[in-house]
Amino acid sequence: MMKLRFASPEMLVDINEIPDLDYHRVDDDGTIRVGAVCRHADLERSSLLDTRQPTMAAAAPLVADPIVRMRGTLVGSVCHADPQGDWASVMTALDASIIAQGPNGRRSIAVRDFVLGPFQNALAFDEIAVEAVVPTPRGMPAGGYLKLERRVGDYATVGVAVAIDRVGSQVGRAGIALTAVGPATIAADAAAQKLTGRPLTADNIGEAAELAAEAAQPKSDHRGSADFKRQMVRVFTSRILTGLLRSEEEAA
Amino acid sequence: MIVELTVNGEPVTARVNHPGSLLDLLRDDLGLPGSKSACEQGECGSCSVILDGALVCSCLVLAADAHGSAVTTVEGISEPGALHPVQEAMHRAGAVQCGFCTPGIVVAAADLFAVNPHPTATEIKEALAGNICRCTGYGAIVRALEGAEIVADR
Ligand SMILES: Cc1cc2nc3c(=O)[nH]c(=O)nc-3n(C[C@H](O)[C@H](O)[C@H](O)COP(=O)(O)OP(=O)(O)OC[C@H]3O[C@@H](n4cnc5c(N)ncnc54)[C@H](O)[C@@H]3O)c2cc1C
Ligand code: FES
Ligand code: FES
Repeated sequence: MMKLRFASPEMLVDINEIPDLDYHRVDDDGTIRVGAVCRHADLERSSLLDTRQPTMAAAAPLVADPIVRMRGTLVGSVCHADPQGDWASVMTALDASIIAQGPNGRRSIAVRDFVLGPFQNALAFDEIAVEAVVPTPRGMPAGGYLKLERRVGDYATVGVAVAIDRVGSQVGRAGIALTAVGPATIAADAAAQKLTGRPLTADNIGEAAELAAEAAQPKSDHRGSADFKRQMVRVFTSRILTGLLRSEEEAA
Repeated sequence: MIVELTVNGEPVTARVNHPGSLLDLLRDDLGLPGSKSACEQGECGSCSVILDGALVCSCLVLAADAHGSAVTTVEGISEPGALHPVQEAMHRAGAVQCGFCTPGIVVAAADLFAVNPHPTATEIKEALAGNICRCTGYGAIVRALEGAEIVADR
């Protein structure tokens, strides 16, 4: 906001100097915690995420460009609430929450309720976000993130985050969220619902992709027409899920 | 506010006005115009410097935030009067046209070679993805750096 000269606050609080907020870790129960000063680059290089949280691992190298990833943070990106922000979708698909801290203590806000609109979040004026929390998976986490960009390092034309937890051959939990195709991050709940409680099949993948495309509210602009963007939501949703189905079949 | 930091190995003290960036501090107050100011939005990479070991856009770092840090700019990337191997390679290959992007590319490439002495063309392109060049079309830059015998330290 400051670099765009949209804001010139009289006072700024620098959270970079608060000690011990640069962590990301997995608790014993599988909960993932990302501190407010953990950079995109820390997550990109993380050895934890590859196995424990594939949707986050897929998104980390696609956020911005390498120089920006050195400084930008996941929590800051969710706070920024840019409809084109990649992490807000990933966190929404994972049912993650933001922990806010203020003079009256801490509270937890689901990311889907935290992101209110373009560049607006649910923090009170005297709160900061200290942590993002991805809840314990209800099975074996699987998923992916795909992003269409005009060139490396660009904001998304379209992004799709898919996160599922597998329980045996069934999908125990599913989350799908969309980047850059609406005034804020979109949770494609009806699409995710189609997958829950059954095995992945070509049929329900097709249905979920269709519902995800229906949930999108894209606008035509210099990045592409609304129809094109909607089609890309369909393609990406189907591509991620089909990839998961294929790796499941290969493992069997 | 008064900030104290180390720039290219020298301790410096400067008074900064609150919204000023590290880039403004370097260029306007410390007389180091090598880091270029173009977009001031983190898009182009022409202001790239190394801040406490990390490659950053100095236009996106508040000067006040650099208090207590060590900064290396393009001016400090090599010994005085000498060229850094990355500069040598780009000079030899003619990988410079107007030169506006060059300092940022040199700093970003030096940072890459410090961790990866033999990058592939793909790795070079990925590492330079945050640096925009409007002249060369990048081919000459990538060719200059690819296979260059560059032993870099920072
Ligand atoms: C060239 C460029 C390309 C980019 N491309 C992408 C992209 O492709 N995808 C993408 O997702 N993002 C992209 N970004 C944005 C980037 O991911 C930043 O990480 C994001 O803007 C947040 O930056 P930050 O963490 O430094 O937070 P800041 O810029 O410091 O803060 C952003 C906002 O959030 C508030 N805030 C930050 N942290 C907290 C906190 N802990 N508590 C309360 N409020 C807080 C700040 O007050 C401010 O309003 C790009 C940025 C640039 C410059
Ligand atoms: S001037 Fe800093 S990135 Fe363009
Ligand atoms: S040489 Fe002119 S911008 Fe790169």
